[in-house]
Parts: sequence; C-alpha cells; structure tokens
Amino acid sequence: MIDLTDITKNYRMGEVEFTVLSQVSLAVRKGEFIAIMGPSGSGKSTLMNIIGCLDRPTSGQYRFEQREISTMTDDELAAIRNGKIGFVFQTFNLLPRFSALKNVEVPLIYSGVPARSRKERAAPLLEKVGLADRMQHKPSELSGGQQQRVAIARALVNNPPLLLADEPTGNLDSRSGEEILNILTGLNQQGVTIIIVTHDKDVAARCKRILHLKDGRIVSDEAVP
Amino acid sequence: MNFYETFRVAFEAIVSNKVRAGLTMLGVIIGVMAVILLVSIGEGARVYITKELSGLGTNLIVIQPGKTTTSGGFHPPSAGTVRKLTYEDSLALRRRAWLLTDAVPIVLGTGRVKYQNQGRDTTVIGTTAEFERVRNLFVDTGSFVRQEDVDTKAKVVVLGRKVKDELFGEESPLGKNVTLSDARYRVVGVMRKKGMSLGWDVDDVVFIPVTSGQELFDTDAIFEMIASTPRAEDTERAIAQIKDILIRRHAHKEDFTIVTQGAMLETMNTILNVLTAALGGIAGISLLVGGIGIMNIMLVSVRERTREIGIRKALGARNRDIMAQFMIEAMTLSGAGGVIGILLGVGLALLIPVFVDVLPTSVSAWSILMAFFFSAAVGVFFGVYPARKAALQDPIQALRYE
Repeated sequence: MIDLTDITKNYRMGEVEFTVLSQVSLAVRKGEFIAIMGPSGSGKSTLMNIIGCLDRPTSGQYRFEQREISTMTDDELAAIRNGKIGFVFQTFNLLPRFSALKNVEVPLIYSGVPARSRKERAAPLLEKVGLADRMQHKPSELSGGQQQRVAIARALVNNPPLLLADEPTGNLDSRSGEEILNILTGLNQQGVTIIIVTHDKDVAARCKRILHLKDGRIVSDEAVP
Repeated sequence: MNFYETFRVAFEAIVSNKVRAGLTMLGVIIGVMAVILLVSIGEGARVYITKELSGLGTNLIVIQPGKTTTSGGFHPPSAGTVRKLTYEDSLALRRRAWLLTDAVPIVLGTGRVKYQNQGRDTTVIGTTAEFERVRNLFVDTGSFVRQEDVDTKAKVVVLGRKVKDELFGEESPLGKNVTLSDARYRVVGVMRKKGMSLGWDVDDVVFIPVTSGQELFDTDAIFEMIASTPRAEDTERAIAQIKDILIRRHAHKEDFTIVTQGAMLETMNTILNVLTAALGGIAGISLLVGGIGIMNIMLVSVRERTREIGIRKALGARNRDIMAQFMIEAMTLSGAGGVIGILLGVGLALLIPVFVDVLPTSVSAWSILMAFFFSAAVGVFFGVYPARKAALQDPIQALRYE
C-alpha cells in the first residue's frame, strides 16, 4: 500500500541545511499496525508528515496505492488527505467553535458531500466511539479522551484505508489512553492500516510491527511477537 | 466545497466575533453612508439650483452691456469705447427681432421707500409691462407697470409683498402715495408672494416704469435686457438676430454680452457635478479607510486561525477552499456594512431636508449602486491579500502554530 524508496528530507535554516530523513525506504502492506519510535529529532514526525501527504520529500519516491505522490500538485495531495488518510493528533486539533458532530463532518465538506448526508454519516461514527450523547457538545465541553474519540471519528468519516496517529495518547491519562488504543486496535482488526508515532513502549507493544528511527534513518524494523 | 457551505463557515466566523465584526463593519458603514449622504447633498444642490434657474422663466436670453467674454490677450482699458445699452435698444429689439417674444429693459438700484413714518431700503427695478410674463413674477392685486406708464414716465410703483407688509401692514396700499428717494409715487399694485430665489428675496423689491427708473437713478442707460424666445431651438438664431440688430445700432461694435438661460444651466450643472464628484471622492476616502480596517481585521483573523487552517488542510481543504472561506468572510463584512451604510445614508439624506431646510438633498439611484459596488469591491480588494496569505500557509507549520 505504501512504498517509500530512498526518501530524503532536508530543511534549510538560514545558511545551514540539515538532513532530517536520510534515504529511508519502507514498505507498508494493507492491514498492518505499525509503531514508529525514536528519540526527539529522529525524524519520525517528518516521516509521518510525508506519509500523510502534508509534506513532500526532498528526494526519493513515495508511492501510495501505486500512485506516485512526490510529483502531485497541492490540490491532488489535498484530495488524498481527504479521502485516503485519517489523521489523529496528539493535541486532538478539533475546531473549537464547532460541535462534536460538525467537527466530524468537516472532511465530508471538502469531499463535496451535501449537508444532510453528512450528518447521516457522521452521527453513527460518534456512536461507534461511544459519544452518542455528546454530539452537540463543543470540544471545550469534552474531556481529553472524549475529544480524541471525536478526532478518531473525524479521521474515519471518509472510510480511509490508512490512519495516521501522532502520539494519540500523549495528552491523555492512562485510562483514556487505554480506551483510545482499544478503539485503534479494533479498527485494525476491521482492516484499517494504522501507523502510530509514539514514545511510549506500552503503546508500541500493542502494535504488530515496530520501527526505530535514529538521526533520520531506520535503525531497526521488527515484528512484535 | 460549495458556495453555500463556504458562506456558512464565513458567517459563523463572523458571528462568533460579533463585536469585532461590528466594529470592522462600522468603517464600511460610515464610508458608504458618507458617500451616499454627500453625493445626495451635491445632487440636491444641483437639482435645487436647476429648478430655481428654470423658474426664472423659459428660454431666457440676458443681454448685458460690455464685452465680458472676449478671449485671450491683454486689453488695455480704453475709456469711452463701451456704449451703454439703452431703452431704445430694447425697443429696437422688440420691433425688429421677430424671433423674440419679448425684450424687457431693466434698470436696477436701491432706494428708500417711505410711507408716513415707516421706511425701508429696498431694491428698485425699473422695467416695462412684459417683465411679469418674462420673469414669471406676477401682480397679486392692482396692476403691474403698464406701457403708458413707461411712455409718460409715470410716478407709479408696484410693491413687493414684503415691502407692502412692512409699510402698510394689513392696510390696502392701492392708490396711496409713497416716497421713493424724495419723489412721490402712487402705488398701483402689489406682487404675489414668491419667497427666496437663488439667495435673493424676490418679495423685498419695488417695480417702477423703466423711464422713471432712469430719471430716479439719473442715467440714460439700462442695466440689462431680458429677452425670451418661444422655443428653445430658436435660441441660436435669436442670438444672431439680437447681435445683428445691436451691432448695427452700436457703431458696428459688439460691446455687449449675451448669456442664455441654457448656458447658465449648463455652467451650473458642470460646476455642481464637479462639486458632487468632489464630495463623493472625499467620502470615498473614508470608504477606503474602512477597507483597510477590513484588511487589518482579516489579517488578525488569519493569524488567529492559523491552526484551524492547518487542521482544515490536513482534513483535505484545498488552497482555494481556504481562500474562498476568507474572501467570503471579508466580502460578507464589507457587503453587510455596505447595505447598512446604504440604509443609513438614504435614511439620513431623506431626513436632513426635514430638519435643515437650507440643505436640499436628492438621493440618486446611481450613488446607491456605486456605493454598493464600491463597498463590495473594497471587500474583494482588501480581502485578497489576507485570504491568499491564509491559503498559502504550509499545513505543517500551521498545525504547529500555537
């Protein structure tokens, strides 16, 4: 599903150019559940952004479902993010002015789904993550765990084959974190490919494959027994 | 993303920040209001003056002594070359210029009118019987100056309404004698009330025969002649006729000036259109300032919502979706401000003449259209930069923005 070949990402800061990712190659098959680990500055967020089509590599090839990503226009990338990839962030990133239901509807707005069917598609997902009675609440009226569940519902609303989670439990207490991981595990069992970036060994232990990054390189890639 | 959705998002953003949106709109409201108000004041002045000028009579041609519209060059003062216009000139025109309905001589001065121990300084006009018809000023009671009064230099006077009220009050003045600069005149008529016209009180005046006027002011000249033609199309030919006759009588010199009512109207129109445009332009500056206010607030708004932009982009918003969202927000602000400004401007323009009767206003459709068009344009113009800034945000940077 995902084929990264010799992906390199350089950033320029003033006169100095430094390499964040160096010749990373990675293949992800459909249905995998992967944790990306590594110390701060190892390049795991950058790798995540490239996989998520938020960023372009400086060099190398990125094929997503057999399509070359690195040469796509901004609009084409937006369409991939909208339909093929769901994002779950550490800080939830919900729109503060909107209700839970409206937040879940946002990706549907950009895929041109009319208002009535948006509600019909968003509501069942909130029920699925256990927030049937919180649909009209604003993010500020929800707990961290509830906000993250709204974010997961939002990530799933377009039925994307890939879910990217960047420290999804980083801002949660352990019980809420556990709930979120259970939801993610359940989704993976239903066939959604999931990639999680995390520091947390316990989180990584729930995955089926763990990658370690260091100084922009993959230093280990092992299956969880 | 369809238009309706974009509009709703923009609207929600505005509603969620009511005070700020209101203050931003205020700039446009005041701008649009000022444009409409000032343009309607300018228009009002134009309409008023046009009406007053037209009210003087129809197709008037005024002939004044002296050549005032010679063009170019320096003219040394040459004494005695200008021949005055005379009563006889007006008779000649009346006899021979068949395109004219009338040619009325005017002698103008001021004098003190006294009755018993009441006195009043007023304008004295010496003229002939046709003045009534040409100038649209009519006698109310008694009669106007008649031709035989002119022929006999009769000491008769027709009083303007105000002069009559001052000197006689409720008493009928007909047949009474008044003193006009030490000569006794018999009152033969009282003019109809007319009021102010172009800043001149038409009721504060007395009329005497032109010949008596010449005697009173000790002159053999006249101040001017007022002629008129039955149809506007005849004006050019009538002018030619007047010139022809007068030049022959004036030793082949064109030592007089002919001004037509049409030319006066045209000149006034031109001046007042410039005035209106200038007023509109000044008001337009405040609209511009309002637009800058919108740009300012939109820039703040874009910055504040950097993270929202990042989120929306991560969720699949294209650059143009973000651009549209902020453009529509700016245009909604300026459009709503424009509509409110138009309502206020038109309302005030209609109210002003009710309270201030020296300030006529005229609300014209074009000023409303122009104000609305400009306020919308201000939204587009000052919205583009912030909206573009929003649209071109890097999604990763935007998501990290705190």
